[in-house]
Amino acid sequence: MVRVRLSALAAACTGLVGLALALIFFVAPTDADQGFSQRIFYFHVPIALTSYACFGWGAWKALRYLRTRDERADLESYVAIHQGVIFGALTLLTGSIWAKASWGVWWSWSENQLVLFLVLFLFYCAYFMLRFSVEPGPARANMSAVYALFGVVLIPVSFLAIRLSQKFIHPVVFTSHGPQMTGSQFFVFCVSFAALLTLFATLYQVELAGKRLDAHVRELRELLT
Amino acid sequence: MIASSSPPSEWQYVAAAYLVVFVFVLAWVALIAAKLGRLQKQLGELVEKARARG
Amino acid sequence: MTYVSDVTALARKDLLLELRAKETLPSMLLFVIAALTIFHFALPHGTSHQAALGLLWAALIFTALLGLTRAFVAEREQGMFDALVLAPCDRSAIWLGKTLAVLAFLVAAEVVALPAFAAFFSGVDGRTVAAVALADVGIATVGTLFGAMAVAGRARELLLPLLFLPMAIPIVIGGVGGYLWFLVLYDAIFAVLSWAAFEYVIAEV
Repeated sequence: MVRVRLSALAAACTGLVGLALALIFFVAPTDADQGFSQRIFYFHVPIALTSYACFGWGAWKALRYLRTRDERADLESYVAIHQGVIFGALTLLTGSIWAKASWGVWWSWSENQLVLFLVLFLFYCAYFMLRFSVEPGPARANMSAVYALFGVVLIPVSFLAIRLSQKFIHPVVFTSHGPQMTGSQFFVFCVSFAALLTLFATLYQVELAGKRLDAHVRELRELLT
Repeated sequence: MIASSSPPSEWQYVAAAYLVVFVFVLAWVALIAAKLGRLQKQLGELVEKARARG
Repeated sequence: MTYVSDVTALARKDLLLELRAKETLPSMLLFVIAALTIFHFALPHGTSHQAALGLLWAALIFTALLGLTRAFVAEREQGMFDALVLAPCDRSAIWLGKTLAVLAFLVAAEVVALPAFAAFFSGVDGRTVAAVALADVGIATVGTLFGAMAVAGRARELLLPLLFLPMAIPIVIGGVGGYLWFLVLYDAIFAVLSWAAFEYVIAEV
């Protein structure tokens, strides 16, 4: 595992996010169909993808925990999932704003990604309820890890289910976001995605450092009193 | 193809979306900063205790 | 003691306990009939069969939740988790035994619920019955695992619905839409996962 220095990561993050925003507002062409509001897409979709990355990383760390029983893996899993929920909430919010801008409604059940995120959001919020309900220790770490793994398996299963459900909820509505992008749009999208992944990495490391510091301070207190 | 309604305040939605992201990240930074402050204070107290022990 | 005999013994224990106590199953039956009644009043006049069918599934999920919440209560109240964990049987046998017992409760409840639904609203076709049966497997397997998790914490009865309902969403979609193959897929994936994961969940309770 490459341990990137946090300051370097934060600097890279700042640079990438700045670059992404500049590209989004000054370079990306205005979409022919959706007009100016299409630019929300450049953050909305990468945020969603980053959220999946968070949950995936959390599940990976959960698996590591179950294999090694190393407390640190449990903490890393928790922080990753915490970030995933933050990005997930942002997905729902930006998606909702985009829906309002595009179709005039704050929510659309025919938007597969939004509905999937709602389900995942519910699932992973319950993760925190689980963690708060059980005393810290190996039992809680075990259960959290199992739940995190269930979550990551639920992602494709739910996606499939939601796609099936569209047939009896709505006729499928065609939306023009997806891989049908022009070259310059795709470039901006990639930069934005890289920026948000770096943001996740930075926030993740900061939160992890904070939690580890917390644990050390607590341990120190116990040793001194 | 859905015809977009092109409301007059279209840019405001875009701004709102990016603003939401910005606010979330800033709020998170604020929370971490508060936690850091608390930890610094606790660490200070513990250092005092350790010094008192000698 | 073979794996199968362990599982059978554990399932029989739960069923016998219920036979004597007569708490969980009567509650589930009463609940599902009451829920269906409420849904009748909740639905506007001339509602389509499709809509009513949707509410059948809602009733079934919540009735299942009722039963699942009770699944590990006996173990917790009598401190039997330690005994079970120390018992010389494969931990997953505990899960399987409990799952089979829960499955029995679900089926028993549905034997009453489905005819009631057919009487209150409109007929229930073979596809729906098959879907309900398949859904039961998914509910029992995942619900038993999460039931064990929920019981270990402070929130207990509050926690199980929160953990379980997101997982139940694909089941409801598969059931209402009649996508039997999807339910089979869901059951296969999550049954295996639950079976494998149970050991970790009760390793240290």
